[in-house]
Amino acid sequence: MNRLSKDLLRGLWNENPTFRLLIGLCPTLGVTTSAFYGLGMALATAFVLICSSALISMLKKVIPEKVRIPAYIIIIATFVTIISFLLQAYLPDLYTALGVFIPLIVVNCIILGRAEAYASKMPVLLSIFDAFAMGLGFTWALTLLGSIRELLGTGKVFGVQILPDGFTPWAIMSSPPGAFLTLGFLLALVNLISDKVAKSISASRPKPTD
Amino acid sequence: MKYLLLFIGTVITNNFVLVQFLGICPFIGVSKQVTTSLGMGAATTFVMVVSALVSWLIQHFILVPLNLEYLQIVSFILVIASLVQLVEMFLHKSSPGLYRAMGIFLPLITTNCAVLGLALNAVERSYNLGESLIYGLGAGVGFTVALLLLAGIREELEFADIPKPFKGAGIALIIAGLLSLAFSGFAGMI
Repeated sequence: MNRLSKDLLRGLWNENPTFRLLIGLCPTLGVTTSAFYGLGMALATAFVLICSSALISMLKKVIPEKVRIPAYIIIIATFVTIISFLLQAYLPDLYTALGVFIPLIVVNCIILGRAEAYASKMPVLLSIFDAFAMGLGFTWALTLLGSIRELLGTGKVFGVQILPDGFTPWAIMSSPPGAFLTLGFLLALVNLISDKVAKSISASRPKPTD
Repeated sequence: MKYLLLFIGTVITNNFVLVQFLGICPFIGVSKQVTTSLGMGAATTFVMVVSALVSWLIQHFILVPLNLEYLQIVSFILVIASLVQLVEMFLHKSSPGLYRAMGIFLPLITTNCAVLGLALNAVERSYNLGESLIYGLGAGVGFTVALLLLAGIREELEFADIPKPFKGAGIALIIAGLLSLAFSGFAGMI
């Protein structure tokens, strides 16, 4: 149990792919003009991450060491093709909005990173849980970024009007520069919180262990 | 003239990094020094031009005649991965100095989403062979320009007094935002 909560915390905060490791940034910046697109993109990525982690973990004894990276990429590309067809069939609007970023899930470093660092060594169920935790971490990051940009860019969140009608939308938030600026400030905020937490933990201990 | 417009449009108005958000990971990760960014940009440009050529050939001579368009993602990423491997082997034999200077950046080009994005975009917009090549060259040059701009500014930042939480990637992203703002001034020019 302890191990699982540690894994979960790692995905959500300590090794959060967006705010801590700064990987998978292209979709993070590219599709977060609204909270819904951010959520959709993150869930599609999480689907590919969980499925390919499971399969890679199952095949870890079969795949030869030397060709493991191409083998992982083929596995990942297969699941990306599946999710791309599913979205095209059932959520065509989302598919059009996310555009080229759907096929580009293949080269999202989060997936290959987890395959290399975790799924290729650990048992299947643990790998699935790790992928789930990482996917969840990616999801809250993208949804938060999308919500902030949608709120300031249009006054809405998930299409629901939040700010009063008199609010003048900040056009920059819906355009590319807004993505970079929002993520830059969020990153600083996350650093600030982590510093505060680390300080309060070391202050509450009488003797620092390290 | 058409080719020139396509080239300038891809380098500046539709800059791959600052306007289309492709290749952000190396953009933030490898932009600490001007010299390494130049090497990274050159290697990426080369891979982009060759993969634009090869993916065009695959699309028009293999995938379309055999009705295998659904294998696009798989086949393109395989081509890019083997191309990067080939470049790596070639450089290793022909100029070991350059190979050592590039180091880890070479294999990383495979997971640069700008390369795959370029191949997919070129097919999507049904460019002909000449246009695909120009598009690939423009994307590579645009990537290099963005990387060099950020690296130049970040080298100066070493001596600046930045608030602690913003140090590192935070300030880099904010600078990228301002660069992107500058580039969006070119929108509608072409």
